[in-house]
Amino acid sequence: MLRSLTYEQAIAEALRQEMERDASVFVYGLDVTDHKKIFGSTKGLEKFAPKRFFGTPLSEDAMMGVGLGAAINGLRPVHVHIRVDFLLLAMNQLVNMVATARFGSGGVLKAPLVIRAVIGRGWGQAFQHSKSLQSMFAHIPGIKVVMPSNAYDAKGLLISAIRDDSPTMFLEHRWLYWMEGKVPAEPYTIPLGKARLVRRGKDITIVATSWMNVEAYKAAEILARKQGVEVEIIDPRTIYPLDKAALVRSVNKTGHCVVADYDWEFCGFSAEVAALVSEKCFGRLKSPVTRIAFPHTHCATTRPLENAFYPNAVSIIRAVEKKLQLKPTDLSGEEFYSWENRFKGPF
Amino acid sequence: MLKLHLEFYKKLYLIRKAEEKIREHYSEDEMKTPMHMSMGEEAIVVGVLEAVGKQAQAFGTYRSHALYLAKTGESDMFFAEMYGKATGPAKGKGGSMHLALPDAGVVMTSAVVSTTIPVAVGAALANAYKKNGNIVVSFFGDGAINEGVFWESLNFACLKKLPILFVCEDNDFAIHSRLKDRLGHKPITKVVSQFYCHTDEASTTDVYEIYEITRNMLAKMKKSGMPGFLHLKYYRYLEHVGVNEDFDAGYRARKELLPWLEKDPVKVQRDRLIREGMKESVVLAVEKKIDQQLEKSIREAQKAPFLKKEELMQDVYA
Repeated sequence: MLRSLTYEQAIAEALRQEMERDASVFVYGLDVTDHKKIFGSTKGLEKFAPKRFFGTPLSEDAMMGVGLGAAINGLRPVHVHIRVDFLLLAMNQLVNMVATARFGSGGVLKAPLVIRAVIGRGWGQAFQHSKSLQSMFAHIPGIKVVMPSNAYDAKGLLISAIRDDSPTMFLEHRWLYWMEGKVPAEPYTIPLGKARLVRRGKDITIVATSWMNVEAYKAAEILARKQGVEVEIIDPRTIYPLDKAALVRSVNKTGHCVVADYDWEFCGFSAEVAALVSEKCFGRLKSPVTRIAFPHTHCATTRPLENAFYPNAVSIIRAVEKKLQLKPTDLSGEEFYSWENRFKGPF
Repeated sequence: MLKLHLEFYKKLYLIRKAEEKIREHYSEDEMKTPMHMSMGEEAIVVGVLEAVGKQAQAFGTYRSHALYLAKTGESDMFFAEMYGKATGPAKGKGGSMHLALPDAGVVMTSAVVSTTIPVAVGAALANAYKKNGNIVVSFFGDGAINEGVFWESLNFACLKKLPILFVCEDNDFAIHSRLKDRLGHKPITKVVSQFYCHTDEASTTDVYEIYEITRNMLAKMKKSGMPGFLHLKYYRYLEHVGVNEDFDAGYRARKELLPWLEKDPVKVQRDRLIREGMKESVVLAVEKKIDQQLEKSIREAQKAPFLKKEELMQDVYA
């Protein structure tokens, strides 16, 4: 049965259904049980408290290690971080221990640990409440990195991540929490490592991650309406493992590639895609790969600079115009950032 | 009782002899893994592990030769790992600093100070969750006391009343830096005792004494449901990493070692066996058997194959 659910409800439902299915699944983290329930994404888990649903002391590094210890001892922990930035306190456990547990045991241990983290822009969140960091996480062998961009994917990918025997980072952009989508009531899985064709098009490929899918979709809709350009959007959904074939197939077809990544540009995921495309699609490319990502600076609090930091649908439209040598699109009367209006302070 | 003492001795002797064998062969440069030798700490590991029992799960550090050998009693895979061979528990991917055999209860050891402590706490959480009655022992050195994650882990274990025994093996050195130069607080046990757990401390090389201290601790833990913390002192005979003495380096004097050598844990236990009536010929026979076991382990490890190159890419994901 398909119903309309928000992203946050889809996540909460995936957690609840997995906890009902498998007694080894538990959910923990700072403030997961409080009245706000991590933007509502842990609502409905109260019946599992305190054994399988509990808040923790402010000890990110130890709590990451606790998740690893529980995972290698047969449980399936889901560790939640309300800001990816806080998770940096746990990088030692993540990189030195979680990522290597299997390799270091010669394949004996497995660490089915899911690490959920809220990423991205809010409202004046500055440089310590707004990072994404998928490139950094995906850089580390042993960890899978998942970035669902809609409610349907959020539920299916989270269930897959929980059932997966490898540690998985699950990165959720906070603006996506209120996005609605059709979601089946029953549990289902989406394979990790399978991209989604968001929009079919023949003229240009946009590879978009997380929130950038929303921006890319908006840009594509305007470009189709005003320029007659058909954009193809590919959402990799998982940064690692990466569905390289899906990206290559699309770029071979269109000959143009824009990567719209929600992370720093330098040494970022967008560079990885650019390298892949130049290696695999070299003869078919009609223009160099264009990258749209965060500039090599920090997110500022003040709104004009915050706006300058984050790329959006307009940046994508301008990039496409340049690549296809189009006249500037008239954007008067177009609405952007439709989700920001729901996002007032302090969060 | 003599039987138990002999069991203790067998383990102490196995550990000591295995490390002597490492010292003998290390310069051949076939064991290409940094050795952090256990010499001096044998009684702590053997005594604690005997008290907690076979079912217990142990987590350790990069200095875990003693832990591995005491817990598993085997030396074939041990030496295979030292020689980097496919027949080692981690198929040579881990080496000396990552010795583990999870099925035998040596779950994980690591090369970064304090990093297995929260993992041990998580394992204890899982045991409590599953109500399987298993206890976890977390071994670490006095250097780990300086790490934030130790206090985070202790706090959480005490908060959740987890079935875990923390064992601080204090050799006074974090690499070459003495404890007194690293502590901005009152003695370790005194500070830890402010947490909701049981604490005890000792400075002894007598394996039986350590066994008894641990048993008392376990009884208290069982009664209250609170974690335990043991602070046990020993002296590191050799350099931080490597198979040699380092008294010429200037940071410590050889005369510090001498009183510890007099009460060497292996010697203390051997003397006890003789004192309590075991014939020396019996002890010698036991020693010979272990010597032969080790000779065989080393021969087989030297002959064993390495992993194929392709296997570098395996075991990264499950």
